[in-house]
Formats: sequence, C-alpha cells, structure tokens
Amino acid sequence: MKAVVTVIGKDKPGIIAAVSALLAENAVNIEDISQTILSGNFTMLMYTDISKSALPLAALGDALKTLGEKIGVSIHVQHEDIFNAMHKI
Amino acid sequence: MLSKKEIFETIDMVEKEHLDVRTVTMGISLIPCIRESAHKTAAACYDRICSYAERIVEVAEDLEKEYGIPIVNKRVSVTPASLLTANFAGEEVVLARKLDEAAKTVGVDFLGGYSALVQKGMTSFERSFIESIPEALATTDRVCSSVNIGSSKAGINLDAAALMGRIVKATAERTRNTDGFGCAKLVVFCNAVEDNPFMAGAFHGVGEAEKVVNVGVSGPGVVHHALKNNPDADIAEIAEIIKKTAFKITRAGQLIATEASRRLGAEFGIVDLSLAPTPVMGDSVAHILEEIGLERVGTHGTTACLALLNDAVKKGGVMASSKVGGLSGAFIPVSEDYGMIEGARCGELTLNKLEAMTAVCSVGIDMVAIPGDTPDSTIAAIIADEAAIGMINNKTTAVRVIPVPDKNVGDFVEFGGLLGRAPVMAVQRASAEKFIRRGGKIPAPIHSNKN
Repeated sequence: MKAVVTVIGKDKPGIIAAVSALLAENAVNIEDISQTILSGNFTMLMYTDISKSALPLAALGDALKTLGEKIGVSIHVQHEDIFNAMHKI
Repeated sequence: MLSKKEIFETIDMVEKEHLDVRTVTMGISLIPCIRESAHKTAAACYDRICSYAERIVEVAEDLEKEYGIPIVNKRVSVTPASLLTANFAGEEVVLARKLDEAAKTVGVDFLGGYSALVQKGMTSFERSFIESIPEALATTDRVCSSVNIGSSKAGINLDAAALMGRIVKATAERTRNTDGFGCAKLVVFCNAVEDNPFMAGAFHGVGEAEKVVNVGVSGPGVVHHALKNNPDADIAEIAEIIKKTAFKITRAGQLIATEASRRLGAEFGIVDLSLAPTPVMGDSVAHILEEIGLERVGTHGTTACLALLNDAVKKGGVMASSKVGGLSGAFIPVSEDYGMIEGARCGELTLNKLEAMTAVCSVGIDMVAIPGDTPDSTIAAIIADEAAIGMINNKTTAVRVIPVPDKNVGDFVEFGGLLGRAPVMAVQRASAEKFIRRGGKIPAPIHSNKN
C-alpha cells in the first residue's frame, strides 16, 4: 500500500529530518523523495510504502499533522489511490 | 508513477478551490419495521437506523483522513414514511420524532424520507401524512420531507399541488420564529428520483436494496478555477475544460463511494454528479456562469451558459463513474450560492429567470425566499409550473420556497450554515386561484405513451 506525503511551508533546517524520523519510527518506508524551494517556500513530496506502518493511515495522518503544527509547516498524507483515480484513466 | 503536477493539482483543488465530497448518504429500507402501532413502528425504525448507520460518521471521517478529501455531510435516507404510517393515520409525527432521534444518535446532520409519492393519486393515509408535515418539521431538527406530485408518466396531480401550496405556507407559519426555516427542509418534486443523496429531497425508494451508499460530489470552485486559467478559450473549449474537470471530481467521488460502501457493508448505489454550491466565496455555480462571460447571473445568456455547464458536467462525470444516478447536474439554490445571492440582491436574477434555468439544469426553484403573504394558490401555481417543466422534459424538477413570515421583497433572511442567506424575491401579483381550485389531474404528456 502506497501513500503520498506532502509538506508545504516556510523553509528551515530540520524539516526532512523530523518528517523522516516520524515515518521511520512507524515503519513507513520512503521510496522516493523530491524537494524544491520556491521563493522561500519549502515543498516536499515523499512517495512511501505504508504496508508495514505501525499506525493505520488515518492515525498516521494525525501524527504528521501534529508534527507539522509543531515545526510550522503543513503536512498531509494521502493514499495514492486518490491521485490515481483523479489523474489516470 | 504519479507526477508532481498531478499531486499538487489535487492538493490545490482541496486547499484552494473547495473540492469536497458533499455527502455520503446511506439509504435504508424501513419496510420491515412496520408494526401494529405508531410507537412500535417508530421504535423499530429507530433501532434499524441506529444499527445500519452506526458507523457512517466514523467511516466517513477515516476516509476523509486517508484520502485527504473532505466529506462535508453524512446523511441517511429512508423509505418514504407515508408507507410506514398507513395504519395509524393521525399519529405520523410519532415516527418523525423518532427518526429525528435516530439521526442525532448516529450523528448525521439530516435524515431524508419523511416523504409521500402522490403523482397519480392520493390515498387517505397519504393525505393525512401530508397534513402532518408542518408539525413534523416544526418539532424536529434533522428530518427532511419531500412530496412527489407529478411525473412524465402520470401527469401532474393538481390536487396535490394545491395541497402542497397550503402545506408549504403552514410549515412557514409553524416555524415563524426561525423565519420559516421548516420550509428549507421541504421539497415538492416532479419526477423525484429514488436514489438522490442530496437533502432535503433524499428518500430511499421502494425499488432500492436494503442498505445502500450513495455519494454526492461537488466542486463548483474547481470548475471556476479551471475556467479562470483559460480566459481566452472559445465556447467549445469551455465545454471541454468543464468535462475534464468534472471527470476528476467524479473519480474522487467514485473512490469514496466504493470504499464507503465496502466498509459499511452496504451496496454501492450511485454517484450523483452534481455541482452543489455553498454560500462561501469561491464555491459558487453563479460565478462559473459569470466566468463564462456574463456580467451578472440572471442576465440574458444565463440559460445558455447553464445548459452548457450542466451537459458538460454530465459528460465528464458519466465516464468517471460506473454507476451514475441521483439528480446529477448543476444546482442553483439561491440562498446557498454566493453569486446567486448577489444576483438576486441586485435584481438581475428573478424568479422568472430561475424558472427558465430549471428547464436546463438538474433541479428547480431551490432555496428561494418569497414574501410571507404570498397566497397558497400562488405557491401551488409555482409548483405546477415547475412540475410542468419536469413532466414535459422528462427531468426532475422541484420547488423549495420559503414564504418568510412578515417579510417582504428587499428584506434579507438568514438561515445559517450551508443553507446560507437569501433576499426575499418578488412573485407575480396576479392570481392563479381559479386554476388551482379546478383540481384534478393534468394528463400525462403524449410522449409518455411509449409502450
């Protein structure tokens, strides 16, 4: 089962470290990662494997949301099916 | 592999353009709950709703988190209640109150199906049931009611239209301290559909399965945004853009419907491909029409733009979903649409123009506030006009008007939340009393004879 983690917010040191630490703690594997900074705005996409996740997807989303609030960025995790449904025929 | 552009397009749709699934509605058959008394029937209905829909809110909230698509409303629709109360005419409200309790217990914001289908004729128990509607709506919070008074196959039951003119007015009176709010929960239909997930007109038809999940999508903001990005497109390109956008929106709805029905152990009913507005800025059907090129909704050209929009939404949506149903089209509720409110407030959008618009979009004269002293027969005539459009064009039409007690043209009425606010709109002054008083049935149109 795959999920997409997106992080959007103001750039500062330690964002990737904090997000990947939380994912690692919950046995979520990062398969692909891309990141850009556009006029000071940090945007990151992570393609993850959540089949062995310690938390159900909804709870993982809550944990990431709380982390985002703590470090001042917006973090979402979404099942990949929503993107496949909307963008692939 | 998904591209970055696709991922951020979806995220922007949710974050900036108000993409959401408007409703996950569970349809429940209550036929097996009929007992020998009103109280026993009501108790059986309560138990069944609470057991079938127990997890609807929890499941919808999980799906919302997992897929990142907001699910705004969770609702329940039930078998038309007039069929359940046939044996205890006069005590119908006992059931209405218990349905309200059930809605509160399972945590849904509305429960639809306090309904009667009288398009071809009215039994004595149905007449008694319809008479109970004002009290039922005045003494419950979440119960919604609808009455079908016509169809392309049966014609129009003018007696029922006349009765509903009076019932709408009585409902407004009974809920006078909330500006006639009861009428926001009452719809009069022609060609009502059995699988509509949207309120206030949802009910679970007798031709439906025992437990069904129907989903209503939305997304006027997403369509508006897509058009904004293409300011110089010609009109055929506009139709294409709407089609493609509707496809994406509907696919999201299809995914939610499939998962919700699986998790709730219910049959996947339909996806309703409707563009349903909300009163917030950026979520308006009127603004789509204005983006196509109208200075203000309601002006000449509005009907043509709406026809294009409605058709393109269907074309995109039909390909995106395996089961399409419900009302499927663009909604034009005045009080629930920021742009419609503005159009009506400045006088560009009139009741007559709205009537024309209903000939080419999915529903009817919806959430329109009219003067509180509008005669019963005028409301009945508005209902008959709408029903005629539906009957002749083989489509669903409906009337949900609120004759606001003590208010007149130019006054404003606030319903709050998703039901919004509305200026009181003018109705025609000349009487239709004699026409309505004639009673009887308007015969079915010639094209109903297809057998």
